[in-house]
Parts: sequence; C-alpha cells; structure tokens
Amino acid sequence: MRNIFLFIRRFFTFFVFLALQAVALWFLFSYNKFHQAKGLGVANEITGWFNTRYNTLEDFFTMREENRRLLQMNDSLINLLPSNFIVSDTTITLTRDSIPYDTTGKLRQYVWREAQVLYNTVNADKNYVQINRGSNHGIQDHMGVFSSDGGLVGQVVNVSPNFSQVMSLLHVQNKVNVLIRRTNSTGTLYWDGRDPRFLNLKDIPRSDSLVLGDTIVTGKFSLSFPPGYLVGTIAEIIPDASTNFYVLKIRPTANFNNLQQVMVVENLFFNDLKTLEKETKRKVDDPKRSAR
Amino acid sequence: MSELLRNIIRFTLFILVQVYVLNKIPHLHRFIVPYLYFLFLLWLPFGISRIGLLVVGFLTGLALDFFTMTPGLHAAACVLLAYCRPFVINILTPKDPNEFNYREPSPRAMGWTPYLVYALVLTIVHHGYLVLLEWLSFGSFFGFLVKVASTSAISMLLIIATEMLFPRRMKFRTNIA
Repeated sequence: MRNIFLFIRRFFTFFVFLALQAVALWFLFSYNKFHQAKGLGVANEITGWFNTRYNTLEDFFTMREENRRLLQMNDSLINLLPSNFIVSDTTITLTRDSIPYDTTGKLRQYVWREAQVLYNTVNADKNYVQINRGSNHGIQDHMGVFSSDGGLVGQVVNVSPNFSQVMSLLHVQNKVNVLIRRTNSTGTLYWDGRDPRFLNLKDIPRSDSLVLGDTIVTGKFSLSFPPGYLVGTIAEIIPDASTNFYVLKIRPTANFNNLQQVMVVENLFFNDLKTLEKETKRKVDDPKRSAR
Repeated sequence: MSELLRNIIRFTLFILVQVYVLNKIPHLHRFIVPYLYFLFLLWLPFGISRIGLLVVGFLTGLALDFFTMTPGLHAAACVLLAYCRPFVINILTPKDPNEFNYREPSPRAMGWTPYLVYALVLTIVHHGYLVLLEWLSFGSFFGFLVKVASTSAISMLLIIATEMLFPRRMKFRTNIA
C-alpha cells in the first residue's frame, strides 16, 4: 500500500497531466459527436458578453455595407406589396378586405426572427457564428439562419439563455439538402474545408445541363429551412469522370466575411414532423409487425 | 506590479488578441492559421510549479476553446505544451530555478538562439498535437504534415515579431533583491 502511495507521489505531475488530457479529449470528442459539452451554456454567456462589446465596435466599420444589403432586401419586398398591382383592363380595381389575413384555410409554418451576429470566423475547419438571441427569445436547436440579403448561413446547434451558436455553412460536418432551381434536381451541399469563398455540391446527375451562374436554393426535404430560399450560384462545373455525377463549386449568396444582421427561421411543425419520422421508422422497423 | 497581476493582464490580452485579431483576419490559405496565444505559456516565470503550469495551460486552452467553439481542442494541446516546457528548459539551460538571473524565459534571459529553439520546439509540440486532433475528425495525412509545418512557421514569425516589438524590460535579479 505504502509503495502505491509513493508511486503516485513520485509521478503525481504525470498523473495530473493525464487527467487534464483526459478531460480535454472527453470535451472534444463528446462535442464533435453531439455538439454538447459540460459547462458550454455558461461559457456561451461569457463569450457572448465579450463578443457583444466587440460587435459594437465592429458595427462602425460595417454599417454602410449592411445598410446597402438591408435596402436591397426592403426593395425586393416592397415590390411584392399588393398596392403595386391593379387590374388595368377592367373597371374593377383590386381592393383588400378589412380582415387582412385569411384565417380559414391557411396555417403558418415558418416564423422569422431577426438577430445580430456577434462573432464569426472563416479561417477554421469548423466555423461557428454566435448570435445575440437565445432560448429566452425562443431560439431552439435546428433552426435555420439566413443573412440579411436572403442567403443561407447555417443552422443553430447550441442555445444558452441569451446567445446561441450557429453551425455555419463553412463547417466540414455541415450537410444541407439543396435544389438547382432551373433543373429541379436535388443535391447535397457540403464544404471541403479548403476555400471559404466556395462551397461544394454533389449528387447532381450528369444528365442535367447546367450553366455557370445557375441558382441553388434550399431543398424540400429539410426540416430546418423553408424551401426555395437562396443559397448560392454555380461558380465552377467539374464533371467527375468516375461517377455519373457532377462536382460543383458554389459561390454562396451570404457574405461570410461580413456577416452582421441575420434572420432565424423557425419551423413551427418541426417537432410534429420529427415525431412522425420517428414513429414511422419505429413502425416499419418493429420486428413484430414485419409480417404484413 | 505583482507577478500574478502581470500574468492575469497578459492572459487577457493574449486571448483577446488571438480571438479578435488573429482569428478574424481574412482567409489567407487553408494551411495557414496564425496562432500566438500560447506565447503566454512560454512567458510564465521559471519558478512556477509543474502542477500549476499544467492547470494554467488547461485554463488558457479552454478559454480560447469557448470562443472558437471547439471545447477541449486547444486545452489538450496547451496541457501537452505545459507538460513539456520544464524538460525543454532543463535541456537548454540546465539550472536550478533559483539560479536564473531573470524571472521568466526571454531572449535576454536565455540568449536568442536557446530562446528560439525553446520556442520552436514547444510550438511544434503544440501545433503537432492540435492539428493531429483536427486531423482525426477531418482531413488527410499530407494536409496534416504541411499544416503543422506552415502553421509553426507563421507562429515563429509572430513570436519573433512580438519579442522585437515588446522587449520585456526585466530587472536583473541579484542575491540582494
């Protein structure tokens, strides 16, 4: 027994080293797998405080660019207002009912919330965006995030009371279902970690006739993003000789170097759809019911 | 200024510079990530206990990790660096901590060449382990080697620039003081 204690005392530094390594690696691997780690909520609040201070400074330099983007977005939306349109070749003009929304047949599926980007990098393999909205403001995991000019930015992965972390499209574990608007073919958007100016798109069959500049929009199979929103444009087409698919380079619409105001979109049916998916899987996989 | 206060200020400055300046510079190349924050660990006094050094290393890494959202990544690398530091110092300047004429490692205390070797070895240890951990989850072996080399080169450049821009004026310790 005494020898054991002597042994421990002799190599105490080494044991402390091993213990700290174990803690660090445990944090790292559990985070890489589940995007969860101990004490992350508190840490998020602290880094959020610092990042807020930094952001007020940064705003001075990016305000002009941000105003331009906002004005463009407003411009495109104001053009959609019903007051812009009249039916010209009859005497009847289009008027609106006093009840502005049809409450009978429509259900709202998506809710948009504005948020401000506090911290954002493009240099790492795994880039995250921190925003100043958290669970107190109704943000939850899996919500989609779009930039102020309408381009897809990423997905919320971690929420603390006042701040949340968004997995940016510039993250090597990121996979998004997208659509080429002109040909309607579905592919998977990912990032190979090389160049933050370009994303990659796979699974587009070679039978499609693509041109540079074709628009990529969010796909129909995602629970986090509403379909049909801008993601980027095709910047380079590389036919993959070994398979029947293209490998495409995509220029993202959102400017990741200069991300200031973003919108967080919530799918109100997320839990419904998720439960349905799970239930279906359970029913199909249930061994007792396999003999149909 | 007391030793503790000086090191707390340094810690804050190094983390803030790493997070808000070096991590925010526009993308240069995928193999080049400028790291400087671990210079804080190289500048800690000679007299610090080995356990204390490990704990400080862990906290430094973790502080940066929470900003970059990679919990444990830099902490693991910093703990390894902190563990290796006393050995490297022992090899380069085999002295008892009480015999040093200056309080902490610096070009003046050790001479430029030993100091640069000291910085280079620990930089490679830090980056080697850091990039290895990144490589485990993503990347190729060739990328790993090139990234260790290029990132270490950039870090050495930053360390030399820092040493020249901010020469630490330290009192020569005598037996009387």
